[in-house]
Amino acid sequence: MAYDKFTILTSTAVPLPIENVDTDQIIPARFLKATKREGFGDNLFRDWRYNGDDTPKQDFVLNNPIYSGKILVGGHNFGSGSSREHAAWAIYDYGFRCVVSSFFADIFKGNSLNIGILPVQVTPEFLDKIFLAIEADPNAELEVNLPEQSITILSTGESESFNINGYKKHNMTNGFDDIDYLQAMKGEIKVFQEERIY
Amino acid sequence: MSNQANTLFDKVWDAHVVRQIADGPDVFFIDRHFIHEVTSPVAFLGLESRNIGVMYPERTFATADHNTPTINQHLPVQDPLSANQLKALEVNSLKHGISHWGLGHARNGIVHVVGPENGITLPGMTIVCGDSHTSTHGAFGAIAFGIGTSEVEMVLSSQCIMQPKPKKMRVNVNGVLGKGVTPKDVTLYIISKLTTAGATGYFVEYTGDVFRSMSMEGRMTVCNMSIEMGARGGMIAPDETTFAYINGREHAPKGEKWDEALTYWKTLKTDDDAVFDKEYTFLAADIEPMITYGTNPGMGQGISKSIPTSDQVEGGKSTYDKSLTYMGFHENESMLGKKIDYVFIGSCTNGRIEDFRAFASIVKGRKKADNVIAWVVPGSHIVEAQIKEEGILDILTEAGFELRQPGCSACLAMNDDKIPAGKYAVSTSNRNFEGRQGPGARTLLASPLVAAAAAVTGVVTDPRELL
Repeated sequence: MAYDKFTILTSTAVPLPIENVDTDQIIPARFLKATKREGFGDNLFRDWRYNGDDTPKQDFVLNNPIYSGKILVGGHNFGSGSSREHAAWAIYDYGFRCVVSSFFADIFKGNSLNIGILPVQVTPEFLDKIFLAIEADPNAELEVNLPEQSITILSTGESESFNINGYKKHNMTNGFDDIDYLQAMKGEIKVFQEERIY
Repeated sequence: MSNQANTLFDKVWDAHVVRQIADGPDVFFIDRHFIHEVTSPVAFLGLESRNIGVMYPERTFATADHNTPTINQHLPVQDPLSANQLKALEVNSLKHGISHWGLGHARNGIVHVVGPENGITLPGMTIVCGDSHTSTHGAFGAIAFGIGTSEVEMVLSSQCIMQPKPKKMRVNVNGVLGKGVTPKDVTLYIISKLTTAGATGYFVEYTGDVFRSMSMEGRMTVCNMSIEMGARGGMIAPDETTFAYINGREHAPKGEKWDEALTYWKTLKTDDDAVFDKEYTFLAADIEPMITYGTNPGMGQGISKSIPTSDQVEGGKSTYDKSLTYMGFHENESMLGKKIDYVFIGSCTNGRIEDFRAFASIVKGRKKADNVIAWVVPGSHIVEAQIKEEGILDILTEAGFELRQPGCSACLAMNDDKIPAGKYAVSTSNRNFEGRQGPGARTLLASPLVAAAAAVTGVVTDPRELL
């Protein structure tokens, strides 16, 4: 599915300074029973966000009205565990378009890129600076500039560059996806297939 | 192929690159694609919205496993959402000409159990599935890894995905495993040393005496858990053990095709002077029966050890404290003797015949502890039949255990097999994340032997005392 183009995103951010956030926390397995892609945002971080009786847990960041925005900032090794793309869908459906961390699990990173969420990997030092800036002022904005491959804390002016491969960058800035690309090379795939031993 | 020394991983990867994109991923050809009910429906919706079909339906295999019940499988599935997903898998498979082993089919079971046992998984293949434990199939010298639903749609529509080639890691374990130390302990030990992010960005090859002398079931357990240290997958070079396992299985090559395949498979090994980006070596003698005490699979240790203090582990204190609070454990406590409530043996990690043989070896002549509820869940109908044929069922029944029907079950608790909040489960599955086995459930990952020892004593027990 083609998605919105991503160029420059300026937004406040929601801090989640916990390490090894796995995709079972992002969206627990019991909410994976839909056959459509929409609606997963309601159950994003379900068991950290709600008590057993569905009342909100007041100390969880998504229930704290002073934090909002289109950028989620997570601790080291974000998105580990299950390959469920539902985790990325839930983050997208909730309204985030960018996740910042000092380290991402592989599959989560790929899934995010495939649906139009930009994973931005920064140094641990810069991640700490972001958390400090948000702690000092929950309205502190971050600017994520994909064409320039930079992320800036606007309140302090501190900036860092991030990596993304040229192909994915081109896709995201133009809203293209891999399936369009693969459909256009089916002839080449067919020739390759015919020579496979299996 | 160049004269350059290559790893097993390079040989298989390079043979599947259809196109290299400059400053981008490889267009990577997939030989075998497994699908299940949870991660495939949206991919089929995507095909419909684009009005495209499945390019090579004979390369995709569907099986229902994630949210199937493990009792009364002959009755309609009670949960309407699960029933709807199972129906969608059936309808989508039928519509696109994909082989479908649904609930009740004689070959149904957990996708990573049925692929190998039916000879669909073969050395040198590329195998993907919308499930991170697809790494299991690497035990055959295949490149196998989990993918997201967008990628499931790519494979259905073009038999390819876009993948940057991962870096290469080798993990050697040398020597002979001690009494009561199983493949599950080997993998939990490696993950405890590397942490859950230690192999992120890498594809692992396991080498050394320990893996050479391991059965295929054991190799599958090890490769299965590769994802738990962040690796996309893990693989073991095929050898006589591999060939003997495959020979004669339903989808395996036969006759002349077998001879041809064998010739190729024998080339699938890392050249002597090939170089890895990272390498670790461990000694079998250092590995004890393992158990986890925290909320990720890297938080494991020898069963006789005490829970570490936060300054002894990597990562922040607040994350560590959150984990121990969830588990209801404290620093410096001993794991031995901790009272448990549930035991689960099964899953794509430890749901094969060898695992039930191990479980039975301890249970035999003993009784299930009264305070324990045990779920004994075979990985497939074929495993279930073996359990009966080998007399294991009689041992289980005599000891007060019931055998359930195949499926993923309490590993991820998508069906009714949920551990209640606050209860402790010794589980042979792969993940001890918060809520993984049910909201509030507390999971202790371990081998089938440790699970059996806990099941008959009602507390965390060193299985070596019962062997």
